[in-house]
Amino acid sequence: MKSIILKTASNYLLPLLLLFAVFILLRGHYKPGGGFVGGLIASIAFVLHSFANGLQNTRKLLRYPPGAFIPVGLAISLLSGLAPMLIGKPFMSGEWLSVQVPIIGLIGTPLFFDIGVFFVVIGVTLTILFTISESIL
Amino acid sequence: MIDRYIILPIIAQMFTAVLLIFFWRKVVVQRIISVLGSLVVLVLSIGLFSKTWHWGYLVMQAGNWKAPFGITFVSDAFSSTMVLLTGFSGLAVSMYSTVGISRQRIQYGFFPIFHFLLLGLNGAFLAGDIFNLYVWFEVIIISSFVLMTLGGKKPQVEGGIKYVTLNLLASVMFLTAIAILYGLTGSLNMADLSLKMATIHNKGLIGVTGLLFFIGFGIKSAVFPLYFWLPSSYHTPPSAIAAIFGGLLTKVGIYALIRVYTLIFIPDTFTKNIFLIIASLTLLTGAFGALTKRNMRMMFSYLIVCHIGYLLGGLGMYTTLALAGTIFYLIHDIIVKTTLFLVSGLIYKIRGTMNMDELGGLYEDYPKLSLLMAIVFFSLVGIPPLSGFWPKIYLFRETFTTHSWYLLVAMILASLLTLYVIAKMWGDVFWKKKPAIEKSTDDFAAMNWRSKFMLVAPIALLVFISLYIGFCAERINVLSERIANDLLHPKPYIEAVMGPKEIISPQSN
Repeated sequence: MKSIILKTASNYLLPLLLLFAVFILLRGHYKPGGGFVGGLIASIAFVLHSFANGLQNTRKLLRYPPGAFIPVGLAISLLSGLAPMLIGKPFMSGEWLSVQVPIIGLIGTPLFFDIGVFFVVIGVTLTILFTISESIL
Repeated sequence: MIDRYIILPIIAQMFTAVLLIFFWRKVVVQRIISVLGSLVVLVLSIGLFSKTWHWGYLVMQAGNWKAPFGITFVSDAFSSTMVLLTGFSGLAVSMYSTVGISRQRIQYGFFPIFHFLLLGLNGAFLAGDIFNLYVWFEVIIISSFVLMTLGGKKPQVEGGIKYVTLNLLASVMFLTAIAILYGLTGSLNMADLSLKMATIHNKGLIGVTGLLFFIGFGIKSAVFPLYFWLPSSYHTPPSAIAAIFGGLLTKVGIYALIRVYTLIFIPDTFTKNIFLIIASLTLLTGAFGALTKRNMRMMFSYLIVCHIGYLLGGLGMYTTLALAGTIFYLIHDIIVKTTLFLVSGLIYKIRGTMNMDELGGLYEDYPKLSLLMAIVFFSLVGIPPLSGFWPKIYLFRETFTTHSWYLLVAMILASLLTLYVIAKMWGDVFWKKKPAIEKSTDDFAAMNWRSKFMLVAPIALLVFISLYIGFCAERINVLSERIANDLLHPKPYIEAVMGPKEIISPQSN
């Protein structure tokens, strides 16, 4: 699809959507949002970019194959579950630092778990969609 | 006793799987990581078993939420034994897969998915919460779908469709039963459920819910009449995959059935009779099915179905000794069925076919290897003093005390038919002269010694365990009687999870 409007718009939309995805990710836990929805929005951003600029350019933009995000995300989630065990709490306990960080809010293991989910969702969604669109073209 | 050690076999398995995904395309690295990971898990499982044996019950609340609300992991003698057996089978199959699984399948992600499957198995055995058990079952079946169809050959996909359909149906039954149970009691923790079931007056609804669980787990463990997915799908994937399926996947259904029917539901006479009748029919259909098959792996698949009948029959008789027999048989069956499929894979490597009409002369060509395989077949049939013999004593004895004569008849017939089928197979595959049709090449002879070692060593390891079960049967006796006793007196289990308080469980009256 060659459309100058979509192409120009996608250049502005990609960073905006990614920013929105991170916002949704950080907003999670107590309010609606979280890693899963955030990951889907982030992958939509890349899919939109691929519609406008072609799959090859999006792959170049991502640098790594989308499948590489999956183990990274899984590892982050697993480690966030393991972290409480270091201070003698059971696996997957929600431990929070008492310091309030501006914008992000409280930092704790559930945040890192969500970040892991975020990456896994991006990896899985983009792998599926890229594979399908490659086999169609 | 509260102990965080429980989670380690699960985490180690997941860690291995994640590490393997990092090395997605690197075949050699994946092989090494998988074997090392399985070894670590085995060591951790041995540690878990000895700890549980010493302390009785280990409990962990994931996320630090108190018992009926959080996700509970419990390890008692039963679950830690199952985790230990999973560790042994997992290590053997992982070693075998380094040579037995083609490079192409490994590049499509065989090893990570395999470890996710083992992760699901360990999780299911250690879950103390019935919904958590359901989630682990999902992990297991989703991984097994991928393993079943990996490679995408036509018969694989065909077998996969039957497998997927029936297993999804079973999951729906399972989930519905959980929903009803939650509606009745408002709890999902198995220990808490055990307490709350005693206070419910609507016994009819409890019975129906229990039977829904039975149908769900029954389909998953391939009991009569919904067993047909098993023989039509297990012969399609490579032998290493079939080995872990045949050894453990049907057994996890039986494990869940035993757990649910000792902790939450207490079978009344009607339910016991259903168990006994279905067990007898499973024994007979499995044995007769095996009789008709000329493909080795199809025959073994029918034998899996057949021998599930022993396990279900033991649960149906519901005495301490019958349960002990069931547990003993379970321990024996996991090891032997895994070995059986590994052996069939090795024969396939040597001769390039599974059809018994085209096989032959194996004893002439590989006498030592054939003797090793003979031990597997002998313990499968139950020749004393090998492992299959001892649990049958318990089970046969208990049919007399409970007067379940038709089960006795079915058990004896199934034993004899198993003997006949295996003897016939031995004659065809090992003793008969090799048929003149020469088209196959011996892949095994062409391998270097390292590949040969990786194929034979896991079989030897499992045969050694099987011999240990047979010759040190009194130790396994002690273990299985303790497990049976624990299962029928769940008060310490409930106390370990819920904390000590006044406990009125349905088992106590």
